[in-house]
Amino acid sequence: MSSSSAFNEEKGGSSSVGEPEYGHDPASGGIFSSDYKRHDDLKEMLDSNKDSLKLEAMKRIVAMIARGKNASDLFPAVVKNVACKNIEVKKLVYVYLVRYAEEQQDLALLSISTFQRGLKDPNQLIRASALRVLSSIRVTIIVPIMMLAIKEAASDMSPYVRKTAAHAIPKLYSLDPEQKDQLIEVIEKLLADKTTLVAGSVVMAFEEVCPERIDLIHKNYRKLCNLLIDVEEWGQVVIINMLTRYARTQFLNPNINESLLEEGGGGEKTFYGSDEDEDEDEEEKEKKAEAAAMAKRKPYVMDPDHRLLLRNTKPLLQSRNAAVVMAVAQLYFHLAPKAEVGVIAKALVRLLRSHSEVQYVVLQNVATMTIKRRGMFEPYLKSFYIRSTDPTQIKILKLEVLTNLANETNISTILREFQTYIKSMDKDFVAATIQAIGRCATNIGEVRDTCLNGLVQLLSNRDELVVAESVVVIKKLLQMQPEKHSDIIKHMAKLTDNIQVPMARASILWLIGEYCEHVPKIAPDVLRKMAKSFTNEEDIVKLQILNLAAKLYLTNSKQTKLLTQYVLNLAKYDQNYDIRDRARFIRQLIVPTEKSGALSKYAKKLFLALKPAPVLESPFKDRDHFQLGSLSHLLNAKAGGYQELPDWPESAPDPSVRNVEVPEWTKCSSREKRKEKKVEKPFYSDSEGESGPTESADSESDSASGSESGSGSEGSGSASESEESGEVSVSEEEEGEEEEKKTKKRELKKAVQESESEQSSEEEDRKHERKMKQRKSDSESESDEEEESESESSQSESDDSESEAEVRKKKKAAESKPPSKPVKKETKKEKKEMSLLDLDDFEPAPSPQVTPVNNLLSNSLVTDLEGLSLSEAVLSPATIAPSSALKSYELLHRITGEGLSVEYCFSRQPFSPDANMVAVQMQFTNSSTSDTKNLHMEDVKLQSGMRVKDFPEIESLPAGETATAVMGIDFCDSTQAANFQLCTHTRKFFVSIQPPVGELMRPVFLTENEFKKEQGQLMGMNEITEKLTLDAKCRNEHTIVQRVTTAANLSRVPCGSDRECSLSNVPVKCSLNVSLLVTSRVTIYRSTRSSGLGLAIQVLERVILRSLGTAGQKCTITKGKKPD
Amino acid sequence: MINSLFLISHSGDIFLEKHWKSVISRSVCDYFLEAKEKAGDPENVAPVLQTPHHYLISIYRGKLFFLSVTQTEVPPLFVIEFLHRVADTFQDYFGDCSEVLIKENTVTVYELLEEMLDNGFPLATESNVLKEMIRPPTILRSVVNTLTGGSNVGGTLPTGQLSNVPWRRAGVKYTNNEAYFDVIEEIDAILDKSGTTVFAEIQGVIEACVKLTGMPDLTLSFMNPRLLDDVSFHPCVRFKRWESEHVLSFIPPDGNFRLMSYHVSSQNLVAIPVYVKQNISFLETGSCGRLDITIGPKQTMGKTVESLMVTIPMPKSVLSVNLTATQGTYTFDLTTKVVLWDVGKLNPQKLPNLRGSISIQTGAPKPEENPSINIDMKLQQLAISGLKVSRLDMYGEKYKPFKGVKYVTKAGKFQVRT
Repeated sequence: MSSSSAFNEEKGGSSSVGEPEYGHDPASGGIFSSDYKRHDDLKEMLDSNKDSLKLEAMKRIVAMIARGKNASDLFPAVVKNVACKNIEVKKLVYVYLVRYAEEQQDLALLSISTFQRGLKDPNQLIRASALRVLSSIRVTIIVPIMMLAIKEAASDMSPYVRKTAAHAIPKLYSLDPEQKDQLIEVIEKLLADKTTLVAGSVVMAFEEVCPERIDLIHKNYRKLCNLLIDVEEWGQVVIINMLTRYARTQFLNPNINESLLEEGGGGEKTFYGSDEDEDEDEEEKEKKAEAAAMAKRKPYVMDPDHRLLLRNTKPLLQSRNAAVVMAVAQLYFHLAPKAEVGVIAKALVRLLRSHSEVQYVVLQNVATMTIKRRGMFEPYLKSFYIRSTDPTQIKILKLEVLTNLANETNISTILREFQTYIKSMDKDFVAATIQAIGRCATNIGEVRDTCLNGLVQLLSNRDELVVAESVVVIKKLLQMQPEKHSDIIKHMAKLTDNIQVPMARASILWLIGEYCEHVPKIAPDVLRKMAKSFTNEEDIVKLQILNLAAKLYLTNSKQTKLLTQYVLNLAKYDQNYDIRDRARFIRQLIVPTEKSGALSKYAKKLFLALKPAPVLESPFKDRDHFQLGSLSHLLNAKAGGYQELPDWPESAPDPSVRNVEVPEWTKCSSREKRKEKKVEKPFYSDSEGESGPTESADSESDSASGSESGSGSEGSGSASESEESGEVSVSEEEEGEEEEKKTKKRELKKAVQESESEQSSEEEDRKHERKMKQRKSDSESESDEEEESESESSQSESDDSESEAEVRKKKKAAESKPPSKPVKKETKKEKKEMSLLDLDDFEPAPSPQVTPVNNLLSNSLVTDLEGLSLSEAVLSPATIAPSSALKSYELLHRITGEGLSVEYCFSRQPFSPDANMVAVQMQFTNSSTSDTKNLHMEDVKLQSGMRVKDFPEIESLPAGETATAVMGIDFCDSTQAANFQLCTHTRKFFVSIQPPVGELMRPVFLTENEFKKEQGQLMGMNEITEKLTLDAKCRNEHTIVQRVTTAANLSRVPCGSDRECSLSNVPVKCSLNVSLLVTSRVTIYRSTRSSGLGLAIQVLERVILRSLGTAGQKCTITKGKKPD
Repeated sequence: MINSLFLISHSGDIFLEKHWKSVISRSVCDYFLEAKEKAGDPENVAPVLQTPHHYLISIYRGKLFFLSVTQTEVPPLFVIEFLHRVADTFQDYFGDCSEVLIKENTVTVYELLEEMLDNGFPLATESNVLKEMIRPPTILRSVVNTLTGGSNVGGTLPTGQLSNVPWRRAGVKYTNNEAYFDVIEEIDAILDKSGTTVFAEIQGVIEACVKLTGMPDLTLSFMNPRLLDDVSFHPCVRFKRWESEHVLSFIPPDGNFRLMSYHVSSQNLVAIPVYVKQNISFLETGSCGRLDITIGPKQTMGKTVESLMVTIPMPKSVLSVNLTATQGTYTFDLTTKVVLWDVGKLNPQKLPNLRGSISIQTGAPKPEENPSINIDMKLQQLAISGLKVSRLDMYGEKYKPFKGVKYVTKAGKFQVRT
């Protein structure tokens, strides 16, 4: 306090409260004019005990820093306050420290301990800020401390601290590049982070420290794609740019076929190609044709991960941040199939409304894009029209774009627009417009004459610049067809009297010299005039005068010999040595002397050689080898630290590197297999019909996974929620795996016991099937498999399966006498099963034979389920046979399975070994040429709680044969897929089975009274009532029941009136009562004894309701009661 | 990424510098100042310049140059967008982004810059997060601060950084809960000499002012969302909902923000509210010319055209003008050679007219081109595209907010060629 009061005295008490008033403008500096004095004052203030004084002092110091004044001598005084309690003082001290620590390394060390203490603070924000300042202090001696701090922070609990750690990485790297290896480790660790907060920062660190280590991205690729939309804007830009590069190394060029064709077509365009060139061209063409043919043979299938990236970045085109939009645009430009690139045009055009700097950058990129993909921006042509208020640089860029967009159809509008531009006051712009007209004229033959005439008219313009520019452009145009335009050349010769712009004069002289035979009378006269003014001309003009003289000498030496001599003499003593050299060179070449060598014979050939017309090219041509949107692209020069955009790989690297522990392997492995398949057996890939379905199948699995990822990130709209749920699911996964092992063991034992009975029944089945098959194949032509289109074969197969299923069922029902029936329910069911055989059964609902599937309905059902499913659905609507009673789903496609195709259906039979399991009937068809042996399943991956009973191994499946097997899956009342491997003696296929909700349950037989009683207990909260409008067709009770029972495994409760009641039971945990009143009211009662089923039940409700809703009339499902 | 930032005044005075990495001497600005000299008009300075060791990326806002220096590859738009965000933040904090205000608030500016970037990478750019850490200066607060020695640096730490809705701070409380939405549409058009439309499109924005307690979840739906051709959103808007249902669903930031901007395609016919009859001619002989402009209503949808303003940038050789306006006043700026005619309200009964003579420098040739006419106007209570908000629903909070929607149509870049 003493120093402070002393200070007060010294200042003469400018303030009455004892607090000196220093004004509110610390930047003004006011009364303190001399440097040393001010600093003394500041030091005193900093030493005082009062925070307000310290703050005031710090504010002034910071103001000094801001203005670029040196305040380094205050370092000792400032650094003392690093531990100050007042937050603002502290922050300002940090600012000072970061600014001057580099200059005063020793003193800066005094502050380190404060930050180290801060790193241990319980408050995450304080930890983060300590790390931030610590890492910003550029003092090499603390590198180890920083390294330690970063490592620790990288595993901090708080994502914010981890984010700060990511920020600190490039700081440390720039301070000491030797730490790179250790830093990469930290980056690797942080890349695995699942929070959106960290993602952007760590990728930024990755880009600065180790952009070449693209392999670190593999494992995080999908996560980054999925997180992208929730990352903050700046992180998005960095991630998208990095992923563009990544994708270029990992995926195949989606435009491979088109680009080849395009280039092949472009080859014709070479204008003045010599013979050799053409030969080369042809060779090249052949090569390309070959390559194209190759490509055709091997149809391009987009990697699902490639698709994932494109799909997840697309919404960001709507970002308010221009940089994000640009980043997505360049990603699409570099990675998307040609047909999809168009979507970016709209967004880019939108950016043209933004600040002029943004416009400038966007237009540069658009200009590059328009060269490659003109069609994309054509609809937006008018958006590039120029306003007189645009800054010149914008005008010129817009002009560039307009020129690139010009084609035969729109050239007239564009030229009309150009016409107005020529009158602009902005002369640079006018010059650029004339250039643009020239380019349009060269590119589009139809308008060449119009353009030329227009330009000639401009020659009489009052503005010299305009005239000069026109001359230059006309010169270029004339070179294309000089003989037709000798009058224009004459006209231009006259202009030499007036035009003073050197470039224009040079152009005219060159033209006259080049085409002197077209203007034989004028040319010597022009040379005469030029000789007169030679000494006053610009260098570029002088050179052209020399050229003109030489050419005239060679063609018309009689008239011009003396003039040429004169000009050469003048040039000999010119100041510029280029001109002197040229003069000497020309003299030796054209004037025959005894000393001149053999060259002079060829002088004519040298000077009057046919010159190819210049190709007027856009300056933006070929700029796209730089990544668009980058600084390097803008400058058209490689900037420091620019990472080249790699070329597409010839063949895609192994996509499985991106697989993470979370099993997403079904789709990619099957795809992999498919590809291998094609290579091995050209037989399959030859036919066009094959490639179609393959692709569509691929895209389908894509869309399924899309909905999955969407539900992951979108649902909550918040980053952390989705992230949490992600973590939870992972942990569940692990648990599940462990549990699964246990269950496996258990099941093994069981299997041993039961295998015998199972085996025998299975064998009988097989025999029967074999017979069936035999019959079938007899009836059909022999070569059916090869010739048949995909759909046909699948149809026949499903027909097969249908009939087989029927037969099987009967057999099964007849012979199935499970050894133990402990539960009462079981016996009930058994009774019902038995009754199946009686055709006059009063309970038709659950029997598959009598429930024909409405195709339309089942389709919608499948899509419904696909939309709702949490994991990838393997349900493919294509396999649904129109009239099969049980919907069968494809498990393994014929092509994927190398001839082995597997379909499955839910047989709605009780699964004898375990009542809680759902029976899945699988039908194996071997359509390959060799036997398949040892068909069994392995490596089952399940969600926790789920269990699987393997089907008994099929020892051998001869070619052309079909076999059926039944497996049991306890889906644990969830719609999660059961994933496993299907193994043959040679191969393994990853497959997955996902149950529709309706199949998860098991019908229970109740009498009407029992039903009423149950129902009575389930009123209120457990009741969902919907009003539906049913169309005329399904008004009758029978259809309704039919529809509901196809959708879900329910059984009908017999009752007297026209009131319909069905009831069913989901294994163990939950029961669901549905009462249908034909008066078009549906009531669903659920028992809520278990809460884990909420989702499944909800889905089921929807399925049931949807099955009743008709195509035209959508029944809206709004729940009155919330599911618990 | 961004190494340093220099703020340079219109006249070329470097009045603020901030470095996020090693200090870069301000002499680097010389390259820029040179380019600026060469360009003449500040708008013509290339936003990206290359110097032997650095790259300079600059924007021009409020008669100030924000010049950032970078040493390595960086997406130029990234820097430009960020610089604009900085300028926006200044505007937000100090009411305007001008040299005087920035000089007055150097310390706040410096603190802001410190928080916005870390090692050259954007850290906190949401104004909501920033305001929590550094409070904007108000007169009241500066008085209180001088008396109590308090500061305008928030005692709290940037909790917004940790939130999953970083654009909204927690614990917002209002006594009057209100949400206002302004639908502002601008007509961009080029009309040619004869008055036919060369090009016209509508650009619209929805500016929102939401002052609601708690964490409301709003849903704004339109009568005719199909009209919107291209949209971009504030990050708060759930894109999926828009995709599927064409409604805007969002947890709003607190206070003023731009909810969305949209574009109504030029394929749709755009109504042009006014027509312009003009005749500007320069005589071949003698140094003078004539000007005659009349403006009348065309398709105004029954609304009045207000704040009508006509700007005509004259050729440089024009010395002076001698005009009479039947309505409003006109000015002629001798240095920029711009005629500015402030018409005011457009009265359909008595059309405003501006006529008179123009005198040109003696000896100067007749100007090649006639100047183009730029028009500014406003139509209240009308969205020219026909866009209509149908309803606003709020979820998540119990109270009933006061809601309001306002429509305005303005002229954007509305130009008549002559």
